[in-house]
Amino acid sequence: MNQLVAVVIDGLIYSSWLFIIAVGLTLIYGVMKILNIAHGSLYALGAYSAAALAGYWINQGHAPMGSYAVMLLAAILVGLVAGPVIERGLLRFMYGKDEIVLVLVTYAVFLILEDFIKLTWGVDPYFLYQPYGLLGSFDVGDLTYPVYNLVLFGAAVLIGVTLAWVLTRTRRGKMLVAVIHDREMAAAMGINVGLVYFVTFTVGAMLGAVGGALTAPMISVQPGIGAETIVLAFAVVVIGGLGSLPGAALAAILVGLVRSAAVHYRPELDLFAIYFVMAVVLIMRPKGLFSVPEARKI
Amino acid sequence: MIYGAGSARVLKRDLTLRILSIVLVALLVAGPLLPRWAMFLITVSLCYGMVVLGMMLLMRTGVVSFGHGLYYCLGAYAAGTLDVLFGVSDIAVMLLAAVAVTGVGSALLGLLLRKYRDIFFAMLSLAFSMILYGLLVKTSALGSSDGFNVAAKTLFGIRIAGTEFERYLIFAVTVLVAFVAAVCMHKYLASHMGRLAGAIRDNELRVEYMGASVRNTIHVNYVMSAVLAGLGGAMAAVSVGHIDPEMSYWTTSGEFVFVAILAGTGSVLAPFLGAFIFETIRSFAYEYSPNTWQMALGTTMLLVIMFLPGGLWSLFTRMRKAA
Repeated sequence: MNQLVAVVIDGLIYSSWLFIIAVGLTLIYGVMKILNIAHGSLYALGAYSAAALAGYWINQGHAPMGSYAVMLLAAILVGLVAGPVIERGLLRFMYGKDEIVLVLVTYAVFLILEDFIKLTWGVDPYFLYQPYGLLGSFDVGDLTYPVYNLVLFGAAVLIGVTLAWVLTRTRRGKMLVAVIHDREMAAAMGINVGLVYFVTFTVGAMLGAVGGALTAPMISVQPGIGAETIVLAFAVVVIGGLGSLPGAALAAILVGLVRSAAVHYRPELDLFAIYFVMAVVLIMRPKGLFSVPEARKI
Repeated sequence: MIYGAGSARVLKRDLTLRILSIVLVALLVAGPLLPRWAMFLITVSLCYGMVVLGMMLLMRTGVVSFGHGLYYCLGAYAAGTLDVLFGVSDIAVMLLAAVAVTGVGSALLGLLLRKYRDIFFAMLSLAFSMILYGLLVKTSALGSSDGFNVAAKTLFGIRIAGTEFERYLIFAVTVLVAFVAAVCMHKYLASHMGRLAGAIRDNELRVEYMGASVRNTIHVNYVMSAVLAGLGGAMAAVSVGHIDPEMSYWTTSGEFVFVAILAGTGSVLAPFLGAFIFETIRSFAYEYSPNTWQMALGTTMLLVIMFLPGGLWSLFTRMRKAA
């Protein structure tokens, strides 16, 4: 019984994390039809800048509680700089190309940013452990969890609900949905599609960076974290159905629970549980859980 | 291959086979004179080129696999575990094992993958390669994430390990295997089924209206590309002497896609040329500037995608057309 509770709680924590790293990816795909491999680098950029800035903040002897604000600020800055630079400087010249070509373009950006990170922060790992323990811990039965995990869970819910609210309840969100459904028709109706793309990519980039910043206290921030994370985010997004927000949420929960069950019962299966789920879901539903049927073009 | 339509001259002669033969003879003759590092560089490039040759076939068919590291790794491990499990370390047997394992594996996975296109094909193949990666990392009998050393001791039953010809013989075998692969691929691309690839990439539905099976063609091409990747992996295992699960990690597969894009899909010569350039730059970059090497790769890739969508090979075809 106790183990089952542990599986569910661990699973939900992991799901929250998965959702946070995947949501920006699915947003960008949904609007721009770009499967953004560089999302992994934005995640890494967010993690590095949060670890560096918040670490500096704490070492300077400022109030440790402020480190959360610094982390968040660092991530938002990364999003606000990297998003526009990538979209305006590169991606806007690529719109209209094949989806696979766009994947390769973002892969190139990923490669460039990987080395950019190494050049900026070096190859030695950064540790930002303080924020993880700062909030104390809570008990479930005889299991103890750091409160930071609740922060993660709360952040996932907050991001998900906010995005859903914006998309369905606000004027700008509805305009965005119009662009998703038919780009040309939306443009004909006077929606500034270029601006929508610009804003979407920036927000998506920011979400990726926030994901990295929130993760930074839980890991050692080192080269390769972007490559590790982006494939997990891909899996979640593809399982949910590319571009679907509820799909990403459901996929994150599904994958989170399966992985946590694997960790508890069959630890040797841990590493590929997620890809296993992805393969099974794609075999059952070739375009993911929340996919819309498409007509074949002649 | 596009023959100049409307030009007064008749079809331009296909020089591919002649060039291949010249390169084969040149490499085999010059081999013993080459310094060790050059011999190694060419061997590794040829292994890599074989994998990219398979990628090229898939791309001509209109699908891109972001998980071909699966077969590269599978081929290498099939060759390597022969020694661990059965004590067999003959190069010929190793290659056969790699062909068999990757052939059967891709025939089975192909049953599934042939229904997918675009991003879904790419992502599903990525998932399978990462499953293999996860399995191998957890298999302590095969060295987990460190992998293990592979030593080929004999060739067709004749002992080569420790002899002065060892390096040259491995080099020669790689050259021959790559030559045969390239010639077969060239013939295949000119065959009925090979020519279907481009038609499928352009419009699947029309191909089906004309009575050809899109799925079967994709399946056959997938198996061929997988076997090539397996051969490349096995030869890489023999020549490098070490294998690890990283061969199945998605970034390895990404590199294959990269080199295929860089080289272009115009000719069977392109993948080998691309692989050679790639490996040469890599070995120098590792030496002099390990932290900017990926940056150079990414920039090159962007430049190729923007200004040279047909890859480096399209430079040659442009020159021939102009001539």
